[in-house]
Amino acid sequence: MHIAEGFLPPVHAVAWGVASAPFVVHGARSLIREVREHPESTLLMGASGAFTFVLSALKLPSVTGSCSHPTGTGLGAILFRPPVMAVLGTITLLFQALLLAHGGLTTLGANVFSMAIVGPWAGYGVYRLLRRFDVPLMVAVFFGAFVADLSTYCVTSVQLALAFPDPGSGFWGALGKFGSIFAVTQIPLAVSEGLLTVLVMRMLVQSSKGELTRLGVLVTSVAGRRTAQPADAEAVAR
Amino acid sequence: MSRNAKINTLLLVLVAALAVIPLVFGLGDHKEEPFAGADAEAETAITEIDPDYEPWFSPLYEPPSGEIESALFALQAAIGAGVLAYYFGVRRGRRQGEARALERLRAEPDTEADADAGTVSEPRRV
Repeated sequence: MHIAEGFLPPVHAVAWGVASAPFVVHGARSLIREVREHPESTLLMGASGAFTFVLSALKLPSVTGSCSHPTGTGLGAILFRPPVMAVLGTITLLFQALLLAHGGLTTLGANVFSMAIVGPWAGYGVYRLLRRFDVPLMVAVFFGAFVADLSTYCVTSVQLALAFPDPGSGFWGALGKFGSIFAVTQIPLAVSEGLLTVLVMRMLVQSSKGELTRLGVLVTSVAGRRTAQPADAEAVAR
Repeated sequence: MSRNAKINTLLLVLVAALAVIPLVFGLGDHKEEPFAGADAEAETAITEIDPDYEPWFSPLYEPPSGEIESALFALQAAIGAGVLAYYFGVRRGRRQGEARALERLRAEPDTEADADAGTVSEPRRV
């Protein structure tokens, strides 16, 4: 759930916009470079964007008795690195702001910062860290997606607490309030997002070994199982 | 069912369970409006903290009813699901094609070029 239209004071709205813009521009450049250098990855990139589209349209009930939706940004961040997701996430947010009155144009900068920048980077960071310690791929993918989802809503809570500190308890009081609305609601949804991302990654491992190897997601397993699986026909044919 | 399909089904069942549990156990019953959006709750919290705050901008377009809004959300999900399905369909087709070509290659390694030419130009012969 994004910050609704008009619900950030103008100064905050502009500040978050200014903070997000360089990430989105940099992301657009790396996206264009990736597509130019590896045209064959365009389709998978489209699929990553599509995953974000599906997941952020699914408003799910949570244990707090309210509804929110996952973000779907973890998958693309793991596959194509976070800058690309800055662009794909922004496209999703624009679609929702313009057609669904969900989120908004004045809060776009803040929502991009949480969902398309911090979420993907945090998720990617956790994924890489776990992989470095030889945690199995799917476990790392789960926690990467989980953190990408949850951190997005933690940032949303911080953004609102900065804009609306509680008159009595100040920033921290407000953070507790917004955190209980966004972050706590999000925990089970982040688990769902982790599970769905693992599902899609499992399907990708089956269908797109060559691509995943090129992107560095699969490293050793292909060499070990080269002749064992028909899915490796591509590798054998070469 | 293969082991792979079993694991994938289990993942989907877990996600469904996570969504259904709050509904079944009535976890929204203590609220005035059960299972409202977290963004609407945040709006309420903002007006509690700062009763004078007025949203200074309103959406350029707002779906005129809940039905239209859910239709647009469904459209968003459908576009995403369509692209994902297309991706996996293309991949599967490509893999099957490769497997078939490989099989043919193995079956008749010498006449492979002729066989290929034959199948391609067949419709034109008429």
